[in-house]
Amino acid sequence: MELSKIEQLLEKYLNAETNLQEEATLKNYFSTGDVAPHLQEYESMFGYFAISKAETSAKPIQLNTKKKNWKWLSVAASVALLVSVYVGNGYLKEQEARAQYAEVMSTLKLLSTSLNKGNEAMASLYVYEDTVNKIFKTK
Amino acid sequence: MNQSDFLKSVLPFKDKVFRLAKRLLVSTEEAEDATQELYFKLWRNKEKLANYKNVEAFAMTMTKNYCFDRLKSKQASNLTLVHSNYKEKDTALETKIEQRDSVSQVHELIDKLPEQQKLVIQLRDIEEYDFEEIGKMLDLKPTAVRVALSRARKTIRQELVKQHNYGII
Repeated sequence: MELSKIEQLLEKYLNAETNLQEEATLKNYFSTGDVAPHLQEYESMFGYFAISKAETSAKPIQLNTKKKNWKWLSVAASVALLVSVYVGNGYLKEQEARAQYAEVMSTLKLLSTSLNKGNEAMASLYVYEDTVNKIFKTK
Repeated sequence: MNQSDFLKSVLPFKDKVFRLAKRLLVSTEEAEDATQELYFKLWRNKEKLANYKNVEAFAMTMTKNYCFDRLKSKQASNLTLVHSNYKEKDTALETKIEQRDSVSQVHELIDKLPEQQKLVIQLRDIEEYDFEEIGKMLDLKPTAVRVALSRARKTIRQELVKQHNYGII
């Protein structure tokens, strides 16, 4: 590309009269690194445009907000699990205690009925002794 | 329109959306958030997309409007400090650019341009849209696009010449 042609294009470029093809020609020329000294400011300009165009967004696009909700859902679920384990554990312990209590109570009841039986037997013995004493005294 | 059809029609210009957002919002993080937000909006309005002849131009217009809204709400809440904070994060990129022949000067010069000229430079010299499309995106007549573009190009060039001649950066 002759220098005079480039200069002409630059003139048009500044007036925003170049079309995209002509601008591509300019971009091409200034990317070669072999630029006339009096046109160096354009080298910075077109160099910057090229660098800017190459910039990309590294962050992928997410369309579902549900993902965020799932996070919260898992937190809620784990809290619920903890609470239920705690409450359930308490309930289990209470049940166990009740069962033990019931067992102890039934054992004690058995013991007391046996004792009562003994007492009744003793009572009849007393009656017998009284009678015996009466008999011997009256004798 | 299902998800894969949708993505097929809108993903090709994702980076253009991102770069436009970055031009206006400066920080990469904010531009990424804006891109994400824009795709949400497109996805929610996917039924209407069929009515648009040029979905890409429509998306660019939405991006522009969304970024302007963001900038306005930022100014309203006086969050100018955030702006400078973000700049620091980008230093790695900036030094990288600086090594390549003071092209970062061009970045700063574009940043100083009025919003409309900034947009026109971004859409024409970087994304290479034709004047008709840019006019649609910015709701301007093609001649107005030309005028803004010419002013922007001349300003950038003049400033660069100044800096090269007098060594002022």
